[in-house]
Amino acid sequence: MSVTPMELTGTSAKDTSDTRKRPIRTRGRIPLNIVLALLMVYFLIPFWWVIVNSSKTSAGLFGGGSALWFADDINYIGNLVDLFTYGGGIYARWLGNSALYALVGGLGATVLAVLAGYGFAKYRFAGRRAAFAIVLGAVMIPMTALVIPTFVLFAQVGWTNTIWAVIFPTLLNPFGVYLMNVYARDAVPDELLDAARVDGAGEFRIFSQVALPMLRPAIVTVLLLSVVASWNNYFLPLVMLSDNRLFPVTVGIGLWQSTASTYGAAGGQSLWSIIILGSLVSVIPLIIAFLTLQKYWQGGLTIGSLK
Amino acid sequence: MTASSTATPVPTKRRRATAARQNLTGWLFVGPFGIVFLALLVLPIGFALYLSLFQKSLIGGTRFVFLGNYAKAFTDPSFLDGVWFVIRFSLVLIPLQMAVSLAIALILDIVVSRFARFSRLMIFMPYAIPTVIGALMWGFLYSDNFGPLAEIFESFGRQAPDFLSTGLIFYGLLNIVTWQWAGYYMIILYAALQGIDPTLYEAARIDGASQWQIVLRIKIPLVAPALLLILVFALIGTLQFFNEPKILQQLAAGSIPDDFTPNMYAYQQAFSLANYNYGSAISFALGAVVFICVYIFLFATRKRGSFFS
Repeated sequence: MSVTPMELTGTSAKDTSDTRKRPIRTRGRIPLNIVLALLMVYFLIPFWWVIVNSSKTSAGLFGGGSALWFADDINYIGNLVDLFTYGGGIYARWLGNSALYALVGGLGATVLAVLAGYGFAKYRFAGRRAAFAIVLGAVMIPMTALVIPTFVLFAQVGWTNTIWAVIFPTLLNPFGVYLMNVYARDAVPDELLDAARVDGAGEFRIFSQVALPMLRPAIVTVLLLSVVASWNNYFLPLVMLSDNRLFPVTVGIGLWQSTASTYGAAGGQSLWSIIILGSLVSVIPLIIAFLTLQKYWQGGLTIGSLK
Repeated sequence: MTASSTATPVPTKRRRATAARQNLTGWLFVGPFGIVFLALLVLPIGFALYLSLFQKSLIGGTRFVFLGNYAKAFTDPSFLDGVWFVIRFSLVLIPLQMAVSLAIALILDIVVSRFARFSRLMIFMPYAIPTVIGALMWGFLYSDNFGPLAEIFESFGRQAPDFLSTGLIFYGLLNIVTWQWAGYYMIILYAALQGIDPTLYEAARIDGASQWQIVLRIKIPLVAPALLLILVFALIGTLQFFNEPKILQQLAAGSIPDDFTPNMYAYQQAFSLANYNYGSAISFALGAVVFICVYIFLFATRKRGSFFS
């Protein structure tokens, strides 16, 4: 990609300053940088393809031009208009649904995980060991195995094809409980909690005013992981929902893709350009979230793997 | 807690009151999650088990068959081939993914520069992409109509490989999953490497160790717990493989049948054929197989301070 050579030359000056702090032999560093550059090309090539091809009209897409470079006319605006007007503007609705499911489901899962993780870490209640062992065991259960029975259960109470059918199952995040427990065990000292108790603070006041601020890095991580898991979910909403106005964007684009494939290159032509642009637009929110929240997740993702 | 137990004679009445309060508050904190856990995990599992013990037929209605569905599943070539596929896939994918992510993490641990930091972020980026969209993007790259492969190979006068064909779909999927997750695993390993005390390297260097020896004797053994965690995640994820093959099914005409993986087969049974009993049996069997495999694996490799502590 075009950034690589510039970044490569830009680094050499910076490197010398870093070497002083941390002596590393310079020999072998240039090959390593080349390896990194090649890896970046590999990891970014699908993004590049989508950015380039979402600019093309159907004619440009099927016209036999280069697949990795722009066609003569750049049609982002036209494609964006098509994307947001196709099927009565259903795409914007899908994005909204994805955001709703991810935020409500993710927030709910995080609240439950924080409470439970803290409870397991800081109270010696009867049955604690057994309960925690069961939660740990649940981390190993593949969540997709629960989807079919959950669907049949929800069908009996008439919950299928509603937003709750997607949100409720997302609330369950045993791994989040595990992460919070590991983090709370070390980050919140028992002495501090006891001191607050001696001062006469109630247990929930201690939790919200003493423990919660100390748990912040782990909370952000669990929240981010649950939101991403929910935004990216496909199997659960695919099974639960039949009304396309309730689809999240993953299921919606999957639907367009199978429609376009069924009609083949001929009939589906106009659809392909909005599928490609729709894919690009749908990944922008999470990419922005990850870039802006870098300093939180980079540390937090490792909780539980450092021991 | 520690204070009250080490303190000299506390009246028993007060101690009992403290214990009761600990009990109650503890359960109040864990309770909300516990309710969700019972309603959305324990209940569906129990229900799946219950459903899987019955068989529904057009004549005769629903009848109790006990383990009949399981006997059918474990002699059903569709289910067995699917299980065999995900096992084969895991055996190739997981070592590949771990090797790639470990290699990148080790490079990033050695090369300290702005470029390295930037590339770390870019390599992680695929994790932020829904697997559906990731599979779709690679599907485009593989396809004759849109992809660059034909163009690139023709300039060398070669026939482009078709990663959507029956023969190569295994590698097509392997590439997609590696691309999607290697960056995430790399971040976990990278942070574990950064957590190692640098004085260990100094000491090793004074003893005359080379960079390679430091990597092999210090770095890799010290990130072993992180590698184990990754392996478990990858195993759980791969055995329930569904999204990527489901999305590529349309693009790869004919090379991905409905019974390609156990999860796809369960989906087909339940939702295309309305056979919820058999679908539940497959789900339950798959869940049990995954749980037992992972449990045995963790038990065999357990160490003090790891996941089971």
